[in-house]
Amino acid sequence: MTKVGVIGAGMTLFRRRLQETGKELCFEATKMALDSAGITRGDVDMVVCGTAPDAFDGVAMKGEYLLDGSGGFRKPYTRVFTGGGTGVFSTIAGWWHVASGLADVALVVNEEKMSSCQPHPQSVFANIWDPILDRPLKPNLVWIFAMEMNRYMSVYGVKKEDIARVAVKNKRNAVGHPCAQLADPNITVDDVLNSEVMAWPVQRLDISPPSDGASAVVLASEDFIRKRRIKDRAWVSGVGWCIDSTMWTDRDLVFPEYVARAAKHAYKMAKIDDPRRQIDFAEPYDPFDYKELHHLEGLLLADKGEAPVLTREGVTERDGKMPVCPSGGLLGVGNPIAATMGMKIGELFWQLTGQAGKRQIPHEVHTGVSQAWGDLMQYGSVVVMSA
Amino acid sequence: MTARISRWPGIELRAADLYDGKVTQTRFHPDAKYAWSAGEAMSRFLQELQNGRFIARTCHKCERILFPPRMFCEECFRPTDEWTYIHDTGTIETFSVSYLDTDAKRIAEPILVGVVSLDGASPRMGMMHYFGEMTKDDIRIGMRVKAEWKPAAERRGSVLDVRYFRPLREGER
Repeated sequence: MTKVGVIGAGMTLFRRRLQETGKELCFEATKMALDSAGITRGDVDMVVCGTAPDAFDGVAMKGEYLLDGSGGFRKPYTRVFTGGGTGVFSTIAGWWHVASGLADVALVVNEEKMSSCQPHPQSVFANIWDPILDRPLKPNLVWIFAMEMNRYMSVYGVKKEDIARVAVKNKRNAVGHPCAQLADPNITVDDVLNSEVMAWPVQRLDISPPSDGASAVVLASEDFIRKRRIKDRAWVSGVGWCIDSTMWTDRDLVFPEYVARAAKHAYKMAKIDDPRRQIDFAEPYDPFDYKELHHLEGLLLADKGEAPVLTREGVTERDGKMPVCPSGGLLGVGNPIAATMGMKIGELFWQLTGQAGKRQIPHEVHTGVSQAWGDLMQYGSVVVMSA
Repeated sequence: MTARISRWPGIELRAADLYDGKVTQTRFHPDAKYAWSAGEAMSRFLQELQNGRFIARTCHKCERILFPPRMFCEECFRPTDEWTYIHDTGTIETFSVSYLDTDAKRIAEPILVGVVSLDGASPRMGMMHYFGEMTKDDIRIGMRVKAEWKPAAERRGSVLDVRYFRPLREGER
């Protein structure tokens, strides 16, 4: 298998509404990623586009719609979609294009424009539920998070204030992110605990916002990196993905087994047998604050029920022993679903190449893991990257 | 991000910019309608709801009693074998107290909703439904509940034939 490195990344601002079309956002992110890698569209062999349900943009054939902005025309081009998991999965698809030897350079472009759906993208989220079993109950997407969070809190006796610490950490971390939508240097645990109750136990500040935005990364073979003398690169050392059964009301929601399976696959590939010692920092998917904790346990970076304790003890702060979401995550930077690749894969690249600026982890880091999550509480995608 | 990048693209708009027509825009109101065939397993399930009963499918290989019922066992990857009735009592596995309706609009009276695992099915197998005859302060994980059915004449073959799950009354178990 060919060794693959990330050699460039780009992203747009993440905002509740952006003037640019999805195509224009893709162009901006793609151009930034190509420029930062020091290559042109002509160097790109294959292109992967990651984007969530067509209904958000109200445009069917969304992969085709975003094609020109993604630089994919007259090239092998594929759109991938694995729910919220797309934020990391599209990079895995780009990786196998290069790892297989089929391409020297693969470009991955992710986009979401959630503001087009009026008055709120929630009305489209309702269509992910089973039409016979669930939809007559008029469900709201926040319910699945509320039910999973409640199960997690109840089984392990987790306090809400320990979960709120995640929102505080990530919104504060996002202060150093030039694209951030909801950075807040002064936010406190009390602010989160006093925010509006949406669907208990979920409160307003437990949730990441819907956003518009795009991100892009460039992957290249070791050969290409050597020949072009590219200095800023981070190696993709392990990948894994897994999905659990669709019968979600038959599963215990307390532990994301599918994330653990994806992580074990990625760790084996990366020759990691003791993740807590061998991984220096993590970018788990944090659309809700408890999800970061849930995913740290799924990633085997915390024992079951232990992630809130690590958070309370400061282990996951940017200057802690295991920094988690140093980017500011979805809670701080925003949640344009697939485009969160900018914080998950992009941040790993920027941190591992020392380019993260104000967000740079103060101590030396060699290995990071990123993870995304999606569908009906059932999908996990994991990428391990090394300096 | 990198010291090398100085311009981060994107022009932010406010909601008012759109609603007041301050930006050039175009609108589209889709009006798609759908009708789903309920399929083999769900058709029987819905018919039985109309009869005021829950039905499951058994798999003779793994010996699970599968609920919601399905025509194939996803674990054994073989067709399931028999229909079997299960009880309309169960246990709350998890729940939420929702102040959001389906469009994320705020509502004053919260909806109690969650997952109930049903007695007679394999452990933890259940469905999402509403909870009633209890307050947001009473509801808890592990609570024993029973389906409150609509009167037979009002049942339509829908999960809404159950109004909600309510706490067990004295003498019920």
